[in-house]
Amino acid sequence: MTEQIASLVEERPRGLFGDAWHVLRRRALFWVAVSIIALVVLMALFPGLFSSGDPNLAELSRSRGAPSAAAWFGYDNQGYDIYTRVVHGARATLVVGLLSTIGVVLVGATVGMLAGFYGGWLDAIVSRIADVFVGVPFVLGAIVILTTLNAGGDAGTVRIVAQVVLSISVLSWPVSMRIMRSTAIAAKQQDYVKAARALGAPPSRIISKHMLPNCVAPVLVYATIALGAFIGVEATLSYLGIGLRQPVVSWGVMINSAKDYLRVAPHALLFPAGFLTATVLAFVMLGDAVREALDPKLR
Amino acid sequence: MGRYVLRRLLQMVPVFLGTTFLIYVMVWAVPGDPFEGKCGERDCPESYVSAMRERFNLDDPLLVQYAKYLGNLVQGDFGLTSSGLQVADRIAATFPVTLKLALVALVVEAVIGITAGVVSGLRNRGFLDSLVLVSTLFLISIPVFVTGYVVQLVFGLQLGWISPTVTSPTIGNLIVPGFVLASLSMAYVARLSRASISENRRADYVRTALAKGLPQRRVVGVHLLRNSLIPVITFLGTDLGAFLGGAIVTEGIFNVPGVGGLVFRSILTKDGAMVTGVVTVLVLVYLLMTLLVDLLYAVLDPRIRYD
Amino acid sequence: MLEVEDLHVEFRTRDGVARVLNGVSYHVAPGETLAVLGESGSGKSVTAQAVMGILDTPPAFVTRGSVRFNGEELLTASPERRRAVRASGVAMIFQDALSALNPVFTVGFQIEEQLRLRRGMTRKEARARAIELLDLVRIPSAAQRVREYPHQFSGGMRQRAMIAMALALDPEVLIADEPTTALDVTVQAQIMDLLRDIQRERSMGLVLITHDLGVVAEVADRIAVMYAGRIVEQADAVSLFRSPGHPYTAALMRSLPRLDSSKHSALETIKGLPPSLLRIPPGCPFHPRCPRAEDVCAVDVPAFVPLGPGRGSACHFAEEVVSG
Repeated sequence: MTEQIASLVEERPRGLFGDAWHVLRRRALFWVAVSIIALVVLMALFPGLFSSGDPNLAELSRSRGAPSAAAWFGYDNQGYDIYTRVVHGARATLVVGLLSTIGVVLVGATVGMLAGFYGGWLDAIVSRIADVFVGVPFVLGAIVILTTLNAGGDAGTVRIVAQVVLSISVLSWPVSMRIMRSTAIAAKQQDYVKAARALGAPPSRIISKHMLPNCVAPVLVYATIALGAFIGVEATLSYLGIGLRQPVVSWGVMINSAKDYLRVAPHALLFPAGFLTATVLAFVMLGDAVREALDPKLR
Repeated sequence: MGRYVLRRLLQMVPVFLGTTFLIYVMVWAVPGDPFEGKCGERDCPESYVSAMRERFNLDDPLLVQYAKYLGNLVQGDFGLTSSGLQVADRIAATFPVTLKLALVALVVEAVIGITAGVVSGLRNRGFLDSLVLVSTLFLISIPVFVTGYVVQLVFGLQLGWISPTVTSPTIGNLIVPGFVLASLSMAYVARLSRASISENRRADYVRTALAKGLPQRRVVGVHLLRNSLIPVITFLGTDLGAFLGGAIVTEGIFNVPGVGGLVFRSILTKDGAMVTGVVTVLVLVYLLMTLLVDLLYAVLDPRIRYD
Repeated sequence: MLEVEDLHVEFRTRDGVARVLNGVSYHVAPGETLAVLGESGSGKSVTAQAVMGILDTPPAFVTRGSVRFNGEELLTASPERRRAVRASGVAMIFQDALSALNPVFTVGFQIEEQLRLRRGMTRKEARARAIELLDLVRIPSAAQRVREYPHQFSGGMRQRAMIAMALALDPEVLIADEPTTALDVTVQAQIMDLLRDIQRERSMGLVLITHDLGVVAEVADRIAVMYAGRIVEQADAVSLFRSPGHPYTAALMRSLPRLDSSKHSALETIKGLPPSLLRIPPGCPFHPRCPRAEDVCAVDVPAFVPLGPGRGSACHFAEEVVSG
């Protein structure tokens, strides 16, 4: 008898996240993504480690210089050292992505959970409001919001970044809201939630202890991929001229200023674009890997 | 079914009102002078300002303004741009171009995306499967404008295979911009098809179809596909709505004379009437598309028909 | 008519090789009902799917054995031949009719497609025949029902529809994989009655896969008891119930609550759990749970001991078990 039980107990259950980590650990894609992200984060936190130059130093004489030993990525049209700017640009790019994601997830997930749990008129109102925001095409909405905000004249770095973060969050929260809402609705039907309610648990406890742990997974996957997407969005907004701009350096800003000289100095666009793509790719890969790891059906 | 449609139409109304009101507020009601910069670098002449204030009812309270605007809309009067042209005319001239572009993109994304997704979904873990996974990952990660510029640079400027900008918006000329516009969505469609096929492959009804002695071709081509493509087709529907509103970047890069470029320029020149007009139309189109998609879903999946 | 002999099937997974079938043999004659009895994981469904040739390969592999239909060996037959036998020679119905039927096609379509594709019927002929079949399985208003979708049927009616679909090509053998498990008791009885009547009318062979002893007692002519991928006992129904010849069968019988047992006696269970198919214990697979296991049971795999005409048991002490 004991050997029987022993053979069963050999494979100790680890719980969803423990299992997921175990699967993730083995996937090469996961490590590639993590290393790229780690590199970029390092660049953002300690740009000095990577480059000793000044991102705002323009030497017009070197304008459009090709990559060389002195400047690994060459110079752009104003004479800025592209390599230095790429390194320093990591920070703004990541900050915008990160803050937007946090904003979207916090607002969206909270509202979504409440809407899913309470249902009724709260749900109806929230869903209609979400529909309103979803009905606005993203780029158009961002353009309208940002031009309106920019009408107030020149702004400092903090305000520029805050505006972009705000516009992205305002237009994207419905997605995370809907994800959380549908997961919450499904979780509410589960027997363990009904049992908790029957035992008299207050809503706060039911939500935080019973529903949240089970609803976190899809939102987590979304957040990872959204981080990547928002980085790309920041670049798009900067390309349109309404996102980040001087004195803020970001990869999107660099692409924007390089686009008019594409024919003569393609490297000015290609290097930041390359870094951008690689970073977004890393986040998307990470999100993908996490989703596969968390999906009980795929195992 | 009719009741379902009616209910959805009714639901659309508050959303439409809400969205257009939001846009209206952002364009017109922001503190500050709404005519700042509308006449170029100079200040606008008094006569112009008072005429505009009257035409746009700016002296009325906000809700009344909005209500009067809606009233005009319903009669087909979108107002005049700051240079005196009919907004409705400009929209009518540019919208068909964007529509063509969006349709081209839709066809490209559907054909390539579904084929890639279905093929890789059927042969799990082969070389093809990994290829599709990796390439879609790339396409999802590259922002549209990067793709656009790279395509323009490589195929237009360097290789000279295509003209870098669109001279006349014929379908042929729109294929490359359409491809660029579709690049992101193509990846999504491929992944969605792949996931759907993978999931449905192990479904019980597939096993039953096999047990009935149906040929493999039919089991896959009829039974599996019909179920698996439901989410894909509905995604394609919403994507079309998104294309119509989001082609700004692509139109900018390739110089396509569509609605995107129109609204972009008018936002930069603070042409309030144009902006509200265009956005209102786009929102309406998007809402109609979502309704159509919902109906399409009900047509494709009998389980949700009898609500 | 349908003979399965010494069938071995393995599942090759990331965690190892699971030996799902380890020498399964049974047979069905026309007009006969064979019940295949066993717990979940005993291999009863896998056997049926191997017979039909619809196992997922990979990860499943048939490594040894023979499946013969009317004398023809199926395992080595061409894929076209195997497909030809499906549904027209040997048909199968499944447990959960809701997921087994395609949700986006009408019930009529799903019955008719076989008739049109494999019997060359026209649309009208197929439609008429489909309605006949739905009538045959006692679905009321068949002519309307034929145009409806599976989710619009009740559980019992769906199962009947599935039976109708399986009978469309007039098979000689019907394999029913837990057809009543998902249904409530009264409906269960109706479905079993239906199956029995159809079988009698057509002299069809019926392989009834189930874990429900009650159903078996009502319907079966012969019973094969499976455990850990092998048949541990085979006998005609009466003899099996009267005097089981394998400790597992005996334990199953004892675990059934009886009307005449004392109110205060505890329910009997079989201690322990079925083995993981990745690690089947050496010797007799049942020995860790067997109340009369002895040393030899942990070492030698028991052979199938004949206990009389058409009876056998895979136990070292079969004769003793039979005599009680």
